[in-house]
Amino acid sequence: MKILVCVSKTPDTTSKIAFTDGNTKFDEAGVQWIINPYDEWYSLVRAIELKEANPAATIHLVTVGNADAEPIIRKALALGGDEAIRVNTDNSDAYYIAAQIAEVAKQGGYDIIFTGKETIDYNGSSIGGMVAELVDAPYISLATKFDLNGNTATVVREIEGGEETAEVALPVVVSCQKGMAEQRIPNMRGIMAARTKPLKVVEPAAVDALTSIASFELPPAKAGVKLVAPDNVAELVRLLHEEAKAI
Amino acid sequence: MSVLIFIDQSEGHVKKSSLEALTYGADIAKQLGTTAEGIVLGTVNDDLAALGKYGVSKIHQVSNAALNNVDAQVYASVISQAATASGATVVVFSHNQTGKAIASRVAAKLKAGLVAGACALPDTSNGFSVKKTVFSGKAYANVNILSAVKVISLNPNAYKTVATEGTAAVEALAVTVSEPKVKVTAVNKITGEVPLTEADIVVSGGRGLKGPEHWGILLDLAKELGAATACSRPVGDAHWRPHHEHVGQTGVQVAPNLYIAIGISGAIQHLAGVNRSKVIVVINKDPEAPFFKAADYGIVGDAFEVVPQITAAIQKMKAGA
Repeated sequence: MKILVCVSKTPDTTSKIAFTDGNTKFDEAGVQWIINPYDEWYSLVRAIELKEANPAATIHLVTVGNADAEPIIRKALALGGDEAIRVNTDNSDAYYIAAQIAEVAKQGGYDIIFTGKETIDYNGSSIGGMVAELVDAPYISLATKFDLNGNTATVVREIEGGEETAEVALPVVVSCQKGMAEQRIPNMRGIMAARTKPLKVVEPAAVDALTSIASFELPPAKAGVKLVAPDNVAELVRLLHEEAKAI
Repeated sequence: MSVLIFIDQSEGHVKKSSLEALTYGADIAKQLGTTAEGIVLGTVNDDLAALGKYGVSKIHQVSNAALNNVDAQVYASVISQAATASGATVVVFSHNQTGKAIASRVAAKLKAGLVAGACALPDTSNGFSVKKTVFSGKAYANVNILSAVKVISLNPNAYKTVATEGTAAVEALAVTVSEPKVKVTAVNKITGEVPLTEADIVVSGGRGLKGPEHWGILLDLAKELGAATACSRPVGDAHWRPHHEHVGQTGVQVAPNLYIAIGISGAIQHLAGVNRSKVIVVINKDPEAPFFKAADYGIVGDAFEVVPQITAAIQKMKAGA
């Protein structure tokens, strides 16, 4: 069984968000980069658990990004996974990225493709569905559970107003979120092993980007909190009703 | 040329987020000087013609019972066929759970640029640029769509529904519906509660409430306001409240008109789930709680004393109104 785990580099959740070059670029000064939490905690760890249950399975990681992404790829390899593929481009269009992953997927012939439910920088929730369409596989979005029984997966996924349990034959593309697995910390043996695991760099396939980011902007700063005394809640209710018109 | 809007339904009823998408799509159509049409799949009990008041002239319906569960692959195929048949140049979804499952597949199928999580009408003065939320609501990006066909999914609660007069022509659409590869074996919907992502008001509790047995004051306030209830991550992790109420970076992201946080300190991961709320009220006994920096109104005080008084004051206001 072959599993492909899509891994993305994102700024740490506590990063200060600022922009440079006339608000056209994310300001990377002082930013700590991490593996996108949904990719790491849920999809990668679930893949590792599946391999622990079935040691014959192989896990490949794929990242679409430039050489700056290599430290986080090594960290992912330290958690688990047999080898990694980096598609060498810094394009940020979801279709362009999905098409690169689909290309890797077609060549590797994977049974399961895991993505995170979204990246915490672009918040698109787009890559999984696009990859599924491009490789013509069923897509389980927002999965909270994934269990294997031979060639059939039993999944639980979030739907509007609840959840749904379903069965699907492999191959399948799954976007993962909380519930799939628990966060792990790489151990020393994993970190040492990751240094020598193969990290293959491939050039991107010729694909048209269908979107481009023109500019960024920050939301207007909050005017500051209006404090109301705890013995005067009627004033809070008045403000919410008359000033904020929220109740 | 037209704008096609996907109308999401649950248990036979059109979702509020879809009414927002309809209004949004109809406004794009006006901007482009074209017509807006809707598409609805599966068995629906609502009066579809009445959706004309949100600005759509026609609704394509595929009332095949095989479409009652949302299957991303089958839905994307049907919606893409409809988009091609109606000559749609813009396809609009809500960026809710259903939209997240299918908009990306439709975009890839149509080779259309996708903006997922839009929060404003496109700027068509020079190309086609759509504003969307990025960095978990901490910033916006203006994204140019370069392809002829465009797909947009609209953040829930980001666009005001406007109902006027009008009736839509409801037409059965002949399309190929393939057999889903995913077999749904159980559906578990949360009933009798206001869905969190659609709620106008959310009342949320954190560790400051000290235990599940103290949730009564929060539930009373929520009931008085017709609000949905939510909680912080530690509360969900400790099973004081069900997991689906967890709001934050790894939980549900909400954008209500009013978010009332009780006994939540406001860690950055929590803020990432709520910072698109229009008005934020924070009640916390710690004046240094970081949440106050993100709040519009605050009370530094004991929740156990303050919250029941707020409920009573709202009752009093309603009685006087």
